[in-house]
Amino acid sequence: MNHAAAHSDAVGAKLGMWLFLFTELLLFGGLFILYAVYLSRYPAEFAAGGKELNIFFGTANTVLLLTSSLLAAMAVTAMQQGKRRLVIGLIGGTLLCAALFLVNKYLEWSAKIGHGIWPGSPRLLAGAPGDSVFFSLYYLTTGLHALHVTIGAALLAWIGIRVKSGATHQGNYVALENSTLYWHLVDLVWIFLFPLLYLI
Amino acid sequence: VAHETTTPSKAERHAGHGPGRYFVVWALLIIFTITTVVTGRMDLGSVNLPLALTIATIKATLVVLFFMHVRYSTRLTWAVVLGALFWLGILLALTMSDYLSRGWIPQS
Repeated sequence: MNHAAAHSDAVGAKLGMWLFLFTELLLFGGLFILYAVYLSRYPAEFAAGGKELNIFFGTANTVLLLTSSLLAAMAVTAMQQGKRRLVIGLIGGTLLCAALFLVNKYLEWSAKIGHGIWPGSPRLLAGAPGDSVFFSLYYLTTGLHALHVTIGAALLAWIGIRVKSGATHQGNYVALENSTLYWHLVDLVWIFLFPLLYLI
Repeated sequence: VAHETTTPSKAERHAGHGPGRYFVVWALLIIFTITTVVTGRMDLGSVNLPLALTIATIKATLVVLFFMHVRYSTRLTWAVVLGALFWLGILLALTMSDYLSRGWIPQS
């Protein structure tokens, strides 16, 4: 096996992933600008909107994503040590956290929609413009984030299958590394969304 | 013989570590989360938002350095990460400096 060639490939592939994560950062950065501008315009409405969100769901989902990030990071180390079964178990744990996160998000959104809060809903249209802006940003940012959670989980599930079949192994695991990097980015975005939406 | 001809990469040397360091980082992240929830529910006036963002930045730094293994990565990775943050900083700072200073000039 040409170890040197495989190694340099992995470095290039990881660099490509980091550059992609950079573009993701700018995507969410644009949304954070929207948030900052409207926060300075409607501080009272944003504070009221934040209090209306369910802190339990927000905190639980934060803990879930941090734990999933821990498991994903451990999966990479386990792979470096050649512990294949442990890698599969850790990916499974990460996916479980991702699924619970999405279940929480579904319950949370359902409760909000049940209270008549969705972009353009009659209740929001009758209220102050700042309320509408806050909840539109809430649905936009958490929705885009949930989409990223779904994509990240799908990637990790695919890698889990590859590890099981032996296609991704101790000698070449850059696909696992890149998928976990994506997963950590999802966690990073939530680390900022959580205080900005729930604790404002 | 192979051991003499190839130098182990940083990642391979890192692989020798147990999961202990990961659990410490995770525990810190949970402690910071509890802290931000508690302080976020207190009325600290204008301190609330900067404090929440500071805690979030510390948490993000921990994730990037340890979970994303940047601490053990090549200089090129460091350059991309710092470059990305610098460019994000330009995006945020220049846009906000425009928006927040618009009222300074009287409309003619």
